[in-house]
Amino acid sequence: MIPNLVELRSLRVAFDGVQVLHGIDLDVGRGESVGLVGESGCGKSVTWLAALGLLPGKASVTGSVRIEGREICGGSRHVLEEVRGGRIAMIFQDPSSSLNPVIRIGRQITEALAIHRRLHGEAAKTEALRLMDMVGIPDARRRFDLYPHEFSGGQCQRLMIAMALAGQPDLLIADEPTTALDATIQAQILDLLVQLRAETGMAMVFISHDLGAVSQVCERVCAMYAGRIVEQGRMEQLFAEPRHPYTRGLFDAIPRIDGPRQRLIPITGTVPNPKNLPAGCAFSPRCGRAVEACRSDLPNLEPIHDGRRLACHRPVPVVSAPPVRTRTLEAV
Amino acid sequence: MTSALLEANNLVRIYQIRRGLFGKPTPVRAVNGVSIKLMPGETLGIVGESGSGKSTLGRMLLGIDPAQSGEVKFEGKPMAPPGTAEWRALRARMQFVYQDPLAALDRRLTIATQIGEPLNIHKLIPKEHRAARVEELMSAVGLRRDQAGRFPHELSGGQRQRAVIARALASRPRLLVCDEPVSALDVSIQAQVVNMLRDLQEQNRIAMIFISHDLKVVRNIADRVAVMYLGQIVEEASSDVIFHSPRHPYTEALVSSVPVPGKILEGRRILQGEPPNPAKRPSGCAFHPRCPLASDICRTSAPDLRSIGNGRTAACHLVPGETAPVAA
Repeated sequence: MIPNLVELRSLRVAFDGVQVLHGIDLDVGRGESVGLVGESGCGKSVTWLAALGLLPGKASVTGSVRIEGREICGGSRHVLEEVRGGRIAMIFQDPSSSLNPVIRIGRQITEALAIHRRLHGEAAKTEALRLMDMVGIPDARRRFDLYPHEFSGGQCQRLMIAMALAGQPDLLIADEPTTALDATIQAQILDLLVQLRAETGMAMVFISHDLGAVSQVCERVCAMYAGRIVEQGRMEQLFAEPRHPYTRGLFDAIPRIDGPRQRLIPITGTVPNPKNLPAGCAFSPRCGRAVEACRSDLPNLEPIHDGRRLACHRPVPVVSAPPVRTRTLEAV
Repeated sequence: MTSALLEANNLVRIYQIRRGLFGKPTPVRAVNGVSIKLMPGETLGIVGESGSGKSTLGRMLLGIDPAQSGEVKFEGKPMAPPGTAEWRALRARMQFVYQDPLAALDRRLTIATQIGEPLNIHKLIPKEHRAARVEELMSAVGLRRDQAGRFPHELSGGQRQRAVIARALASRPRLLVCDEPVSALDVSIQAQVVNMLRDLQEQNRIAMIFISHDLKVVRNIADRVAVMYLGQIVEEASSDVIFHSPRHPYTEALVSSVPVPGKILEGRRILQGEPPNPAKRPSGCAFHPRCPLASDICRTSAPDLRSIGNGRTAACHLVPGETAPVAA
């Protein structure tokens, strides 16, 4: 059997002794696109920063990160640098702070080409222009020598994507790539990511709190809560019928643009502080379905019959769209 | 017929920007002739992309940002010039809620002190009743009594925004201008705050201007929606109608760009290009360089905002005006 492109096994992260990631198991196959969703602080970005060794020194990372069977967790700088940019590239939310403001854009892209593909001079410039063209920068030749501030936010994100593609990565990790952009530009970037994945065949991990954006680009989705994956399944499956009460709550909380104007359905309470997580299931204090067992025993992420994985003692029953809506709304 | 609470006519705001240290100042029309009308207790949503002038408009409606021309009427009377005592007294009746609650709160004061501040400033109620009023406000926005002595950094983002809203409500305003009030919050918390705003508004009959780039939120809170593009309103209609059947090509693209969970990217109208620089306004209709339907007239003459029937207005040459009255 061909090994998965990336395999994370019981990946744990602690900052100053506070555990923020509680054992993540996740596989990404070749060419696959996986979405990670959850609210701020659930560990969706930390998972990949930890996997690539990008967390600051005070973070303690344990577990295993394998790329095509090769362990890189805790690997030397040399091992990691071979992976970063070359095998796995990452783009972030705020493109303008990821680009160097005092270096011309062309040089920043050719620098990546020199490091990862040993291209120099004219060859590098030709390739950089091809990449700029590929990500939809109009008039690339004339704009090769401009500085980042001379591009708009959407174009900076396109340039970041061009730099990420410079190393011909097998996996692109996009961490909230469209969050800072305007609605119409967001649609353009999502479209670009879908198109690039089709052209290059690279795998993609799409980290976002926007379930709408995730469903545009991902085949498989993991919902995370308080440092754990709570539900994982195919996109259509998870979106048609979320089984974990948290995933269900996330869907219900999204305001709808179609249909009648209606009250929103919030999840009561707030995300727990990682310093004192509740006993048992971390979601139990906010969960309308929680029973005694939920407050004492932690549910494991187990495969269920329809192929998805679920960590819940009392999952939302199948074909149960209306009952969840009757949950009492938070009194104000 | 009741009269409008707030009326703005032809507001214009021009900023002067300089390119480089010695560059010539260039005028930028951030808000370019906007008129709106708000009835008591009504919510008007203002949507648009960054640079469309929606936040500037919000500040101008309260007089925080001066208008170069045009006028704002509050309760039928022209608004007093900003900075005067009269204007300050008026400000008790119209409040502002910003996007970032941490920046809007003083980090060195407890939230109870801050919620009570408008009561002191406007000398609204006797000292001995203030504590009780603060407690009432806190419970109205869903903050617990024991959180009164907390400092802003000890609260979560959602709780901070609740405190900001409680403070805005302290002076019993008739108008609340909210500039992206829930954009920094997670979805589950966002829903809590939106519901709370709606309840408070209905209970106290507060009119609201709700500025946001998030169409989904606006759809569920606003009665009417105005869409802005490059400093102008391009379409205005009731929120039930505008999201269901947008008429202006820009509104149509905006509505279609909202990703719906569970639906794959297909058949969406993706707009090409980017919003133009307000310092370099395109000729004619400002939207024509990105408009898939633009014709010659769009490049040369700017369309006026006109009625297109059923209480809707749109500024587009291609949307037929109210020539034939709609059969009832």
